[in-house]
Amino acid sequence: MNTDWSRKDLLGLRELSAEEINFVLETADAFKQVGTREVKKVPALQGKTLINLFIEPSTRTRTSFELAAKRLSADIVNITASASSLTKGETLKDTAKVLEANHADIIVLRHGSAGAPQFLSTHVRASVINAGDGAHEHPTQGLLDLYTIREKKSRIAGLHVAIVGDILFSRVARSNIFALLKLGARVTLVGPSTLVPRAFEQLGVAVTHDLEKVLPEVDVVNLLRIQHERQRKEYFPGLGEYIRLFGLTKERARLLKPDCLIMHPGPINRGVEIDSELADGAQSVILDQVTNGLAVRMAVLYLCSGANGS
Amino acid sequence: MTATIIRNGRIIDPANDRDEIADLYLVDGKFSEQRPNEFEEIDATGLIVSPGLIDLHVHFREPGFSHKETIASGARAAAAGGFTTVVCMPNTSPVADSPSTIGWIRDRAEEVADINVLTTGAISKNLAGEELSPIGSLAQAGVVALTDDGRCIQNNELMRRAVEYARMFDLPILDHCQDYNLVGNGLVHEGYWSTLLGLPGWPGAGEEAIVARNILLAESCDHRLHCQHISSAGSVRLLREARVRGVKISGEVCPHHIALTDAAIENFDTNYKMNPPLRAQRDIDALLDGIADGTLDVLASDHAPHAKFEKEVEFDAAPFGIIGLETELGLFLDLLVHKHKTIDIARLVALFTMNPARLLGLKSGTLSLGAAADVTLINPALEWTVDAAKFESASCNTPFDGWKLKGRAVRTIVAGKTVWENAL
Repeated sequence: MNTDWSRKDLLGLRELSAEEINFVLETADAFKQVGTREVKKVPALQGKTLINLFIEPSTRTRTSFELAAKRLSADIVNITASASSLTKGETLKDTAKVLEANHADIIVLRHGSAGAPQFLSTHVRASVINAGDGAHEHPTQGLLDLYTIREKKSRIAGLHVAIVGDILFSRVARSNIFALLKLGARVTLVGPSTLVPRAFEQLGVAVTHDLEKVLPEVDVVNLLRIQHERQRKEYFPGLGEYIRLFGLTKERARLLKPDCLIMHPGPINRGVEIDSELADGAQSVILDQVTNGLAVRMAVLYLCSGANGS
Repeated sequence: MTATIIRNGRIIDPANDRDEIADLYLVDGKFSEQRPNEFEEIDATGLIVSPGLIDLHVHFREPGFSHKETIASGARAAAAGGFTTVVCMPNTSPVADSPSTIGWIRDRAEEVADINVLTTGAISKNLAGEELSPIGSLAQAGVVALTDDGRCIQNNELMRRAVEYARMFDLPILDHCQDYNLVGNGLVHEGYWSTLLGLPGWPGAGEEAIVARNILLAESCDHRLHCQHISSAGSVRLLREARVRGVKISGEVCPHHIALTDAAIENFDTNYKMNPPLRAQRDIDALLDGIADGTLDVLASDHAPHAKFEKEVEFDAAPFGIIGLETELGLFLDLLVHKHKTIDIARLVALFTMNPARLLGLKSGTLSLGAAADVTLINPALEWTVDAAKFESASCNTPFDGWKLKGRAVRTIVAGKTVWENAL
């Protein structure tokens, strides 16, 4: 394998080049194959210590990173906010210094504050992998979404991708936008004007509030979770109206091209952003995203740890 | 008798409409027209001889937060920046909302500071925005203005009564303009960079709504109301319209709001986190226009020290604010006089002396005969590099470390006595 990767950290997709993104995806191809074997383990990170530092709750991303690290034979420790000294008033910097004093090689950080991984990376020598920071970026989610699209469509360039829902507060949306544009896709954001403000047009994407007009044109529709359980009351009147305007119902799904992919980063609100049957239907690649997430995260850990020799 | 002659400098004294090369006599701590017989001589050839500069917006953190700054360290920083008078904000612990706290601060300043450290009192008790603090007692205790700086009174009725009541004591109101509903948990200017970085936006309208409120109250109460650290283009437009009509409203500008755009937050460096936030180029352009046409007629630092460990945290967890006393004159000279040519140096002196003195009703800010001999000697052409490690301030939270600037104070004189001199 060649060594077109010189990064110690993966903080976001905005700073990656198209070549770097493609290189991660190609590396993930090799690791995806590992998952199909009887023995799903390789020694690539043997002797390395990985810390899953999850200051914000997460099940699927944490599990995916944990499995990825185990399949690479790394030693792994999970730390959640409630179990960390952060609850005792320790700063993130001090927590990270303690982890480093325990010879951590890789810190996978999930944090509610945008920029927390950048901050951490300036204070530790260990690799820092962003597992989601506030509304900023979720680079491995973006990479696994691209991997899935590339796997199903054989390309990214020239495709038209709609991202639907709460864009303003979505790190998944931002990572997808940055990476899709770099690889030559067209991106249209769809949702209520409060959650998809016009300012996003400055990022090089289209913004619309008419889902039905967009659906026939797109090759991929990526539905984001609508957070109705907290703090969005000023942003839209209620779930009923949201579903009426932006829910992917069965009727609306008929507008899709037959080969249009339906994606969702999870967890799904069945019957809200997506009809329950559609989530399990032929066009849905939601579980492929999960499987591919493992391969992509193995690739990221492998590359950032320097195990590829760069 | 102690006497000093400042020789051959360019004397700029806007309050007396004076701009000439001449000698200045300082006798027994006051300006004098009598040439003394025995004197110390200061050669000011090539220098500007300005009334002592006034910064009406600083946080000296005492009592309560002396790990960030003390009155002593803050006063040294002020002197090093060319300031002979500063006005402290009341968000200390306890809050400066009682005569006893005001008395403590004034006593402390008397004891440890070489410069004039003036105080403000809180408009509302404990800065809670709910009931008036004892404004009359604060006036008697010697505050020069009232402000809830750091906080903004949201209740328009309470603010109206505060302005109306303060008028009785001729105390101006200084207001940090921020509508809490519009700003919410906003951290950075709402625009391209907040969208890109996923940081909560602090929209310009959140400032403008309160500036508009303040204009209405200044007009209806016929009293002086000063809007602190104006950051947005819309605020400038509102202020301009009101001032043309003669409303007693004013606004100040901080150096960071014209030196930097919100693009500076790209790397989540908390030394670029301030409130109000760094905004877009069009806002900077409007601020410069506002300074040029007199809409904005006071310059200030909003000197806001924070300890290193407090700023070395996640962006949203970090406190707002940067220090400014030791960089502001250099930045304003460099940007307003040299780079953008927004105003000439005589105007700059007025914005730092006569204008804040008039707003606050101070006798200083002039070189008038008999006034306290506060003088700042400025070398407008001196090129220097900001070195935060050498600051007098107890904190070093500045985004300007390493900046090369043109122009700075070289000597600070308070009541005839040199309190700071440039070692260069």
